[in-house]
Amino acid sequence: MSIKTEARKTGQPLVGPPAGDRALDYGSALNEAFLQLMERDPTMVLIGQGLYSPWYVGNSMVKLEERFGKERVIDCPVSESAMTGVAIGLALAGVRAVMVHPRMDFMVYATDPIFNQAAKAHYMFAGQVNVPVVIRGIINRGNEQAAQHAQALQSIYMHQPGLKVVMPATPYDAKGLLIASVRDDNPVIFIDDRWLYSQVAPVPEDFYVVPLGKGAVLRPGSDVTVVATSYMTVEALSAAEQLAGSGVSVEVIDPRTLKPLDEELIYSSVEKTGRLVVADAAFPTCGAASEIAALAAEHAFSSLKAPIQRVTLPDAPAPCSTSLEEVYFPKAENIVLAIQRTLKP
Amino acid sequence: MTETLSGDSALWRAMYRAMLRIRRFEEAIGDCVESGEIIGPAHLYIGEEAVATGVCLALRRDDFIFGAHRSHGHYLAKGGDMAALAAEIFGKATGCSEGRGGSMHIIARDVGLLGTSALVGGGFGPGVGTALASRLQGRDRVTAIFFGDGATEEGIFFEALNFAALHHLPVIFVCENNGYSSHLRIQERQPIDTLYEHAAVYRIPSIRVDGNDVRAVHQTGLEAVDRARKDQGPTFIEAMTYRWRGHVGPKLDLDVGLRTREELDSWIARCPIENLANFMDEVGAWNPGERQAIDREVAQEVATAIGFARQSPRPDPSELLWHVYQD
Ligand SMILES: Cc1ncc(C[n+]2csc(CCOP(=O)(O)OP(=O)(O)O)c2C)c(N)n1
Ligand SMILES: [Mg+2]
Repeated sequence: MSIKTEARKTGQPLVGPPAGDRALDYGSALNEAFLQLMERDPTMVLIGQGLYSPWYVGNSMVKLEERFGKERVIDCPVSESAMTGVAIGLALAGVRAVMVHPRMDFMVYATDPIFNQAAKAHYMFAGQVNVPVVIRGIINRGNEQAAQHAQALQSIYMHQPGLKVVMPATPYDAKGLLIASVRDDNPVIFIDDRWLYSQVAPVPEDFYVVPLGKGAVLRPGSDVTVVATSYMTVEALSAAEQLAGSGVSVEVIDPRTLKPLDEELIYSSVEKTGRLVVADAAFPTCGAASEIAALAAEHAFSSLKAPIQRVTLPDAPAPCSTSLEEVYFPKAENIVLAIQRTLKP
Repeated sequence: MTETLSGDSALWRAMYRAMLRIRRFEEAIGDCVESGEIIGPAHLYIGEEAVATGVCLALRRDDFIFGAHRSHGHYLAKGGDMAALAAEIFGKATGCSEGRGGSMHIIARDVGLLGTSALVGGGFGPGVGTALASRLQGRDRVTAIFFGDGATEEGIFFEALNFAALHHLPVIFVCENNGYSSHLRIQERQPIDTLYEHAAVYRIPSIRVDGNDVRAVHQTGLEAVDRARKDQGPTFIEAMTYRWRGHVGPKLDLDVGLRTREELDSWIARCPIENLANFMDEVGAWNPGERQAIDREVAQEVATAIGFARQSPRPDPSELLWHVYQD
């Protein structure tokens, strides 16, 4: 089986996939990746709540059950902990499995098998076993769903040695990173965001990978670096566009994988711009933004002309009422303000 | 009319009113979801009214109840304020959770509802905990935990049963078996559909009851409460019922191939409210004009609650960070 590896190298601007590819929305790009993975690996299994549902997981899982049957596409009981353990067991026994949690909030029930087993097995048993499982958590928030239907928990998985954490922002990366995640020999937490599902962009029909650990420059610039995760890339690009009018050139970087993190890409950008804003729509304390800011402070301190700024959620659970949601979820406007703070003399 | 029958007819009237309040309230909420006035997800209890009503009418005001994502009915049946519930579902500052929680996070402390968690199975641990607290505090208060058939698939269900049985705690597990968890029928999720058997393993007295027969649920509830109150341990009640509307919101979920019109109709024919009203007709339990009067009063109460919710303000954005910690 041949697989095309993305040609881009660290530090090179990414302008999207080769021209001429048909456009797909984010969910369809994931769906196509699942389809192609399942076709190529006849033992691969998908497990999760809502896989047969018309509304649970957007359009990302449609037609898979029809195509591959209920033995390989398993819509499961409301048993997050056990089912995640089952996916890990499949992986231990050599079956590639993707465990789908339709919301990250529900995935909290599955923290034990993920933290204590998947993340540590390879280490504890001196490399004799490995756990090539993908655990997909979907961020689904807003619309007055309130505190338990809102969370973006990437940082708790980053915190665990042994896990990889992937957060694609574009349809192209969604497909390529999902394929790379399934093919990786380690447990990978793959996080997508329902707010990205309306993104439409060219996606090659090929079976291709976007390598884990390689970030991308979404927009080149020279005055300020904005590192934005997942959906925040959309807001960051909009902030960059707004500021371009007033003569501020913003470079937007999408790490794509939070662990391993493409540190070199971030440092080299900061060396160029001297200013850093990190945008991650999650809780601030010990968050992805904190980690990236700390790394940049350690490794690119001499290039920094201003304090690093973080754009995150406030340190509070998500509210219900739209009047509070409005001010809770960070937007382009918050990134603009953060950029302006780095530009203050 | 004998003494007992007139005593009972007061109870039946109370049951009728309690169920109708839930029905009319949920219908109005469904309409407001349809019209876009309510933004957040609302899981409606229409069709299942007899379960909350039968159990809650067997409880004392200071007894605790726990629910989950589909708990408007539990809140109302236990005596929570209707206007505050409506306002909460509308995301308003006057709501029972001041617009912070919405439909899935409702609270009525004054009547023993300490707040609902929307994670399936979320009521088990805290529910059993309050029962232990009642024991430790030397109070004869009991706790009823309402949960769906889906919740019996979470590991914590078994963990909670075990601990409650081990310490014979004053707790009543009320399983609302409506045959579905979201889009999946129970047959697609469990090898058995006799959920009361789960509890029997822990030697917890367990019983299956027609969840659309409010008198039967109530009788079962009374026995369970009595046992708990006398410190004789937990009871498990499996109430067989059905939700008329879809998993979430006012739609029926018929168009998406999840269930059949015939199945829905067969349950509508067993409407818990009509069931009771017909029975009361048969035994002559209504005074003249009484049913109509209750219907009017309930319609008025619901209209007032929805009006209150509609007119109430949303929380002020400056209050975003309130309540993260107790000061
Ligand atoms: C831990 C967890 N997993 C999944 C969900 C999504 N979910 C919400 S309601 C529901 C169905 C639960 O079914 P059941 O317990 O039977 O209650 P019903 O909706 O039928 O009243 C599911 C799966 C959730 N809220 N929490
Ligand atoms: Mg159910």
